[in-house]
Formats: sequence, C-alpha cells, structure tokens
Amino acid sequence: MRQVLLVRYGEVHLKGQNRPYFLRRLTENVRRAVAPLGAEAWLSDSRIYVSGMADMDEAVRRVTRVFGLHSVSPAWELDKDYDQIAAKCVELTRPLSGTFKVAARRSDKRFPMNSQQLNAELGGVILDSNPNLRVDVHKPEHLVSLEIRDHAYVYIGEIMAAGGLPLGTGGRALLLLSGGIDSPVAGYQMMRRGVTVNAVHFFSFPYTSERAKEKVLELAKIVGEYGAGMKVYVVPFTDIQLQIHEKCPDEMGTLIMRRYMMRIACEIARRDNAAALITGESLGQVASQTIEALACTDAVADMPVFRPLISLDKQEITDIAVRIGTYETSSLPYEDCCTVFTPRHPLTRPRVGVVAEAEKALDAEALVRAAVEGTEEVLM
Amino acid sequence: MEAYLDNSATTRPTDGVIEAMARCMREGFYNPSSLYAPALSAEKAMRACREELAGALSVEQKGILFTSGGTEANNLAVIGSVSAMRGARHLIVSAVEHPSVLEAFRRLETLGHRLTVLRVDGRGQPDWAQLDAALDDPPALVSCMQVNNETGALPDIPRLVGAVRRKAPEALIHVDGVQGFLRVPFDARQIDLYTMSAHKIHGPKGVGALYVRPGVRLVPRQLGGGQEGALRSGTENTPGIAGFREAAVEMKAIPALGALLMEKKRRLWALIRQAVPDALLNGPDVESGAPHILNVSFPDVRGEVMLHALEGAGVYCSTGSACSSKKRRVSPVLLAMGLTPDRAEWALRFSLSPYTSDDEIRYAAAQLGTLHATLRRFKRR
Repeated sequence: MRQVLLVRYGEVHLKGQNRPYFLRRLTENVRRAVAPLGAEAWLSDSRIYVSGMADMDEAVRRVTRVFGLHSVSPAWELDKDYDQIAAKCVELTRPLSGTFKVAARRSDKRFPMNSQQLNAELGGVILDSNPNLRVDVHKPEHLVSLEIRDHAYVYIGEIMAAGGLPLGTGGRALLLLSGGIDSPVAGYQMMRRGVTVNAVHFFSFPYTSERAKEKVLELAKIVGEYGAGMKVYVVPFTDIQLQIHEKCPDEMGTLIMRRYMMRIACEIARRDNAAALITGESLGQVASQTIEALACTDAVADMPVFRPLISLDKQEITDIAVRIGTYETSSLPYEDCCTVFTPRHPLTRPRVGVVAEAEKALDAEALVRAAVEGTEEVLM
Repeated sequence: MEAYLDNSATTRPTDGVIEAMARCMREGFYNPSSLYAPALSAEKAMRACREELAGALSVEQKGILFTSGGTEANNLAVIGSVSAMRGARHLIVSAVEHPSVLEAFRRLETLGHRLTVLRVDGRGQPDWAQLDAALDDPPALVSCMQVNNETGALPDIPRLVGAVRRKAPEALIHVDGVQGFLRVPFDARQIDLYTMSAHKIHGPKGVGALYVRPGVRLVPRQLGGGQEGALRSGTENTPGIAGFREAAVEMKAIPALGALLMEKKRRLWALIRQAVPDALLNGPDVESGAPHILNVSFPDVRGEVMLHALEGAGVYCSTGSACSSKKRRVSPVLLAMGLTPDRAEWALRFSLSPYTSDDEIRYAAAQLGTLHATLRRFKRR
C-alpha cells in the first residue's frame, strides 16, 4: 500500500493522431516537475501516476502548475482486495461529516464485484462506521472515489490543475516584458497554451535604473518557473528614445517607440527561433492600445503578434497576476522615472501612413541594428 | 574612475575600523555579562567607546547607551521618554526630521498626545514665532535635528534651547545628531537626549548610541536581560562598538576636520557652478550650512534620471535622502523648506567625507557638466 498522485489530463483528450506526441511531452513535463522531490511519473491507462515523494502537498503544488493537466487526486494504491479497500474507505472518511457518496469505476472487469455493487457495499460500510455521514447521491459534499485498474485506487475529491496544453507543444514566441503587471500575465497565458516563451526587455538607462532591470529579471524568473526557465534579451533603448524625442512629432512619440520595439523584437525573435511575439496589451487601456494604434504597431511586425489580454479588464489581469505570483514584484516602484518621453496629448486614432511618414526622419535600419547588437542575454 | 559622494547615506569603514572589529571578534568575543576575567575586558572595551563618544559631546560616559543604530536611538528617545510621563502631553517636532523621529512622534499622536509640527524656512531654521506660540502650552518633549540630512541646514540649537528653557523649563530636548556627530561640534550638556550612528563616521552599520542625561527617565522598548541599565536589553554588539570607538578616535584625530570638509564643499560647489552655471543651491548658503552636505538642483532634469546617469559614470550621490529614494515622490523636506515641486524634483544631494579626494570632486563636477548638458536637451514637451 502506498500513496500516489493520480493525474488527469485536460484538452489533450481532444487530440487525434497527435495524441501520443502530446502525452509523451506532458508526461515528461510532469516527470521534470516532480523529479526534484525524488518522485517518478509514468503514463498508464489514460492517467499519469506520480509516486515516491515524501511531501505530498509539495508534489500537488508542483503538478498543478504543469500545463495540460485537468486535475490531480492524492490517492491510496491498494491491492485489488475488497477487505483492504473497505478498510481504507472507512479510515479516510473517519474525520468527515455531512453528505457523501461512493463512485466506483471498474476498468478491470475481472474484479468480482461491479461498480454498482461496490457503490452500494462500500456506501453501507462507511455509513455504518461513521454516524456523522449521510448519503446523498445527487450533490454529495464528499465524493469517495474508487478505481479498479492494475491496482485499486481510493481517494476523496480532486484538485484542479492549471489546464492548457503541454509546454513545448505550441512552438516558441518572444514576450515583450516590461516591469508592469500585464506583460508577465500575457507570457503566462501563452505558456499555458504550450508555447515556449523567452522575453525581450527594453532598457532606457538612465531613465530607468538597474533596479528596474532587476525587477524585470525577477519577473522573468517567476514566470519562467512555470516552464523550463526564461531567457531575457535586454535591449539598450535609450538612444532610440532620444532620437524619437528629438526628431518626431510629440503626439506620435509612444507609437513610434512601440513600432521600434516591434521591429527589434521581430529581429531578436528570429535569432531565438521564435515565430511570434506576445504583448500584454489590453484594448483601450492606454492611448497606444486602441485598435488604430495597435494596427499601427502591427504594421511593422512581420510575424503574428499575440495579445492574450486584449479583452481583459485591469482587475481581471491583476487577479491572474496575484494568482501566478507576479503581482507583488510588478507593484514595486522604480519602474520608470521618466515622463520625458510621455506625450502630453498622444494620438489615439493614428493612421499608419501618417506615422510612417513622420518616422522617416530616423534611420530605422541602423537604429535597429545597433540595438540588436548591443543586446545582452540573461538566462533566469 | 569612481566618486563616492553619498557619505550621508553611509560611509566606507576604514581599515582601522575593520581591524578593530576583527580583533574584537577574534580575541575579545566574550559576553560582557559573563563573570570571568576575559569578559571583563569586553566590558572595558565598551567603556572605552562610551568615553570616546561622551568626550566628543562634553558629557559623562555613563549617559551613553548603545543601540542598533540611529533609528532605534531616535525611537527610544522619543517614545521611551514620553512613555515615562503621565497623561496626554504636548510635543513639538520640527517638520524636516528624519522619519525615525517624525514617525515616532506620529505614533505618539495616535496615542492621544498633542503634536505641534514646527515649520522651517528656506534655510532650514525653525519658525521661531511658531515655536514661541507653541511653548505657551508647555511641551513635554521638543525634538530638532542637529544637521538636516538632505540640505545640511544647521538649525540654531542654542537659540532653540534658550527659547524652550525660558518658557518650558520642564521640557525635555532631543537632538538627532546622526548627520552631525563629530563633523559639527556639539555640546550636549545643554540638552537631554542626543542620537548618534557609527556608520555615518566610517564605522560599521548596526550600531548607534543615545546620550541620555542622567536623571531623564526612559521606558525601554526592548525587554530582556537588562543590559545597558535595563534600557536596552540584548547581548551587546561588542564588535560594532569596538568599530564605533575606532571610527570616533580616527575622526577626532583629523586636524581641523570642519575646515577640511568645508574646503571640499566650497570646491565642489565652485566646480559645479562652472560646469552648470544655472545650478541652484538648495538650503542654506554654502558657508552657513554643515560642511559636508551640498544640495543642488539641476534645472530641467529629474534628480533620479541625473542620479542614474551619474551612476553610469561611477559617480554616486542621492536624491533627497537615500532612505526615501525608493518612494517616487518629491522630498517633503525640500518642499517644507519652500522649494517649488519642479526644483525639488531636480535636486541631488552630495555628501562628503574627510577622505573624499580632490580627484573625486573634480571628476564628479566634470561628469555633472557633461551629463546635464546632454540630458537637459530632452525635456517633456
């Protein structure tokens, strides 16, 4: 008799011929997540099993962070022996009170009792042993589950996991990571869909400080822990900002700046073998996030730009940030000590042609090349 | 090249200080409260430090009480002394005190005491008329710093003491001397409580002291084994105290320290003015402020941007005060001294040490000139 973690996967069920590939990847990701605990993971019978860990809570915490899983249940693995099963059911339900039901599932048809019989028999045993419990087959407070497979598994309840698709099955993308609340959440959301994410950060020293950079790296570390770490490309951006400020119309400053970020990000993405960009933009949040402004920045990107937060309210984004653990770091000050480059009256409905014309005062190719060459790589 | 001009934030411990601390840890590590002979030498080493500090203030060594630093000493002085009194009292504090003083007073205010916050003028002097009026309701405690940490302003303490003693002879007077101790001479016989910190005078962090005039009652803020006359329990930080003593001895040994610092400050200000002709001096005139603190506004460039640009060139200074640079706000001290928000936002503080070299001063001024000329071209439109 030992304790195992019974892991159910989510959307991978929907896959057709690709399913074995997704499952291999998923099992590998679970294995990697629990390996530091000395535990092992294996795929069997459309479940992933984890065993060998001393700290069950930590194993649950780690496994529920793996993308592509639906839920987990800490379960007892028993011999396929009715008496042993009944004894464990009694033991596990002893501290409970309220309503319950037994849900048995017999995959191994050689077991002498069928599911209905097991439900009735075990329900009776539990009821006899614990006066605080009543049966409710419709809406029980406690669901006592039994699965008869290669072994018998008994558990109560399930813990929801992160959902999504297995990391590494969705290709690679590059996240534009600022020190704010939104971009780390955007990165997380795409990782959840199986995308391997690295990040690019635009650094405007002395208008932002070393501490601001440290904060961004810390965010990358937190988000990276949901995958296999995150590389951050730190791009020296001050020179471009100064040139935009000097040579372009004030009201287009932010837009032109965003366009340069896109150009540089595309270039770095290619070097990182990434095929798309990710931003934390949310429609209408600021002047550069109107439909017209987004069209204007997208016009210089030659790969898809994903904006997973586009329809979310600030509060919804904040809630996710709190849940994934980036909110506190994002809320640190010293984000940006510059208002120099913030237009007082930014254009909210820009036309691409007008912005492109205004930009001609700058040598885009040279600026992008210099920025990319000066880029520093930090692996978190 | 590097220029460290942030000596009011902290100073580099001297080799002598480091050696004194290492020796204390290697050889004199005994607990001063233990009963055998070597422990007695630890006790003696503490006494040597007390004498050194007391001597600098012209007071008796038995009034010196060691703490974990300036903040604890200020908290103990303010909250400890008022807690030893009965009933709700009137308290007076200057508006530009360090947070460790101001916040302690604010705490007392929430406990029901009446607080008068004393305004200051553009040169950091208390509003004497307001003080005079406030003294009509005799205060239990008056607190004013010796040297303002942001501007180097020197409030006229003898005048303040005179005014308080005349109308409120029972009042206790506390002076936070963290930024002034040993760099600006001070006679503590005229007051009741005086705060010191080691790491501002090339000593270690984590050790400070409070002078308590014998007879002044304090309620301890930290309870336990009864060390430091039961006013500050906890095993004494003997290595820190050894380092504190060495730092004080070395500072005292520098001949004409005040004049030496003032010469450096004059030079820095002259060179800054050459490099940035429209730089604005904040606080008192160069000659009438503390000799080691210079606060300057560089028009059109936010202090924080200027600070980071200087950092890129190896020049270290601070905006307002280092403790508040994490908050994204304009210095309340500078505003209290009547600066416009713009000018306060442009402010940088340079603070000197007797070990600041001429090269550092020249280099810093040159970098300021170059960087400011570049940065001021980029204004928000």
